[in-house]
Amino acid sequence: MAGIAPTPVLKDELDIVIPTIRNLDFLEMWRPFFQPYHLIIVQDGDPSKIIKVPEGFDYELYNRNDINRILGPKASCISFKDSACRCFGYMVSKKKYIYTIDDDCFVAKDPSGKDINALEQHIKNLLSPATPYFFNTLYDPYRDGTDFVRGYPFSLREGVSTAVSHGLWLNIPDYDAPTQLVKPRERNTRYVDAVMTIPKGTLFPMCGMNLAFNRELIGPAMYFGLMGDGQPIGRYDDMWAGWCTKVICDHLGLGIKTGLPYIWHSKASNPFVNLKKEYKGIYWQEEIIPFFQSASLPKECTTVQQCYIELSKQVKAKLANVDPYFTKLADAMVTWIEAWDELNPSGEAPVEKSNGKAK
Amino acid sequence: MRKPPTLVSLAIDTALLNLSHISDLSFLPEHILLDLFLRTLRAGKLTEKILKLFVATGKDEVLSLISELNIQPVLTPEYKSNFCLRLSASLNVGKMAQVNIRDDEVDIVIGALHSDLTSFMEEWRAVFSRFHLIIVKDPDLKEDLKIPGGFNLDIYKRSDIEHVVGSSSTVVFSGYSCRYFGYLMSCKKYIVSIDDDCIPAKDDMGELIDAVAQHITNLTTPATPFFFNTLYDPFRKGADFVRGYPFSLRSGVHCALSCGLWLNLADYDAPTQALKPGQRNSRFVDAVLSVPVRVMLPVSGINIGFDRELVGPALLPAFRLAKEGKFRWETVEDIWSGMCVKVICDHLGFGVKSGLPYVWRKERGDAVESLKKEWEGIKMMEEVVPFFQSMRLSQAAVTAEDCVIEMAAAVKERLGPLDPTFARAAETMVEWVRLWKVVTAQMSIAA
Repeated sequence: MAGIAPTPVLKDELDIVIPTIRNLDFLEMWRPFFQPYHLIIVQDGDPSKIIKVPEGFDYELYNRNDINRILGPKASCISFKDSACRCFGYMVSKKKYIYTIDDDCFVAKDPSGKDINALEQHIKNLLSPATPYFFNTLYDPYRDGTDFVRGYPFSLREGVSTAVSHGLWLNIPDYDAPTQLVKPRERNTRYVDAVMTIPKGTLFPMCGMNLAFNRELIGPAMYFGLMGDGQPIGRYDDMWAGWCTKVICDHLGLGIKTGLPYIWHSKASNPFVNLKKEYKGIYWQEEIIPFFQSASLPKECTTVQQCYIELSKQVKAKLANVDPYFTKLADAMVTWIEAWDELNPSGEAPVEKSNGKAK
Repeated sequence: MRKPPTLVSLAIDTALLNLSHISDLSFLPEHILLDLFLRTLRAGKLTEKILKLFVATGKDEVLSLISELNIQPVLTPEYKSNFCLRLSASLNVGKMAQVNIRDDEVDIVIGALHSDLTSFMEEWRAVFSRFHLIIVKDPDLKEDLKIPGGFNLDIYKRSDIEHVVGSSSTVVFSGYSCRYFGYLMSCKKYIVSIDDDCIPAKDDMGELIDAVAQHITNLTTPATPFFFNTLYDPFRKGADFVRGYPFSLRSGVHCALSCGLWLNLADYDAPTQALKPGQRNSRFVDAVLSVPVRVMLPVSGINIGFDRELVGPALLPAFRLAKEGKFRWETVEDIWSGMCVKVICDHLGFGVKSGLPYVWRKERGDAVESLKKEWEGIKMMEEVVPFFQSMRLSQAAVTAEDCVIEMAAAVKERLGPLDPTFARAAETMVEWVRLWKVVTAQMSIAA
């Protein structure tokens, strides 16, 4: 068999977006894998604090002052005191692909003991097709050493473009607060050597800890909502983005993959703090999920922005009676799209307005 | 790990195997006679001749059991001489439990496409020996079956099939479809079925995989088809539902079908295998996951387990290709059957899991040769998949049987005009349900 082509590095086509409130020491461990790439750091919390970025990285850094300055009144859609603020990084990026990672996530090892290049796997996932219309029992058929199984229709073997690559985590699993309270010592030690497409019509809980996406295909859908300071919930930012993104991907014929790569999640957040943040979300999601499961977009919506605006209308119409928060959120969704389009006008060269670019 | 069967138990099983050659049972101690009688019942081997044998012993316990169970010979016109006996619907299972006959609830059904099953059975002995096995010989196989001893099993051959089904039924049990006769004859709740060219595989730690145990685990833990869990099966040790998974969906539903995988020779179609002749599946993916609702998948019959009580009639030998052969890539009967089961599970609220266990599939056949012979199946999948994806059953269909009948009507109407294979499939599905109802009514112990 012919040699396997190396995965393109895409160093000028991918930005790494990192939200942080403390420090970026974790980047040292990632240096061999991240150094070729441009970083967009979104500093949450107190803007007067100086976040030290390790030497040698090419980055732009935005704090709350920058966000306010750049977006003006539209800055209201960007969360404060919550890692949801990271979506600002997606908006200001000019690259085709985004990889976002939390600052308590480190390089994991595969079962052979080798360091996992998470970014390389995400790129592989994004550059190969997804197969949302029929489940392949051997998982991603485009991976080396595997293929479509008997019975898989040939007409579906070309697949569709992959818009999102959702990675997983070893060590501290991404559990909600009640589960954390019941199983404080559980660690995810199982390395599942698979990537698979989440089928059309199926929702999933998207975790923002280790996530990559094609910004050109789906960027505007990756709004992480209103969380944190002054908001009634937290820890549902990535979930919200995931549900919106999945509905829109299903509508537009794009694919979402989950599975490899793994990163090592080192920090267990405080379950009691989490419980306070998630509490309302746990009840609200019982209404939110049926909403998304039955959401349908008219065929006139052919761009992500159109789909998203339409979704915001449906949120306002159908979820407002769950809590007034959803009316606010629906408005914020519209603000987000307006801000996105302003910063990403089609056909024009983008203007840099960042703070703290490394020389 | 598991206790090997006792010498007495093995002896009773051997007696059961040879029951048709025994003319007198009165020498047996009563407790052994009772055990033999109950195993005969469970194996579905109680014919009038054998009943007379037990009655002739004059032993009280056996006689009172026969009277309690209200066993009477029944004359059914469509059956030949060795008819099965109908058990009274008033049978009390609880009482049976007291008599301790419920060993396992599992039947292992093997379709024998090869006559010499010695190495196959020896490789699986450690896993199979505690269970009852049903071996169905492909009616087209000329040579006698060679099976090693020490197993608790029943063998069905062409003549048995013809006795039950008649020689001119639309339901054809040849080739890979012979195993469906085993599903029909089983009285157990769970069935595990593995192709006779597969042996136990080893996991990523080098340990031999007990495929049967894994299928049973899959079938006896809930499935979660309504929302995807990114850590896969949340009921596995060391895993759980992730953040964002709705709490109301965390109890899951009954799993009715467990689809296992294959190391070495994966289940590819002939073109794929022909294009990549050296490709072997060496990737052990340590996951079981629920296939989401309304998502179709290609179910491979090579390594499956299912809950016969929930979906038994939905696994059906209906879709036969014109040039169907004795290699998996010359058939799609299991793919058809699997999609029927998935639609039915989605409708009835049951789950389907895919992933572990793996079996090791041995090298066999020439993909290129098969490719020269058979293209039909591949072309037909193009029509079949959209049909199943859009198939919706009515609220009136509340059992698997009802669902199959409704599906058969839809197949006849929508696919029938496209190819005679589909029209035949629709007919066979209806006939299969009829057969299923008649046979299981006569053989099962009503709850």
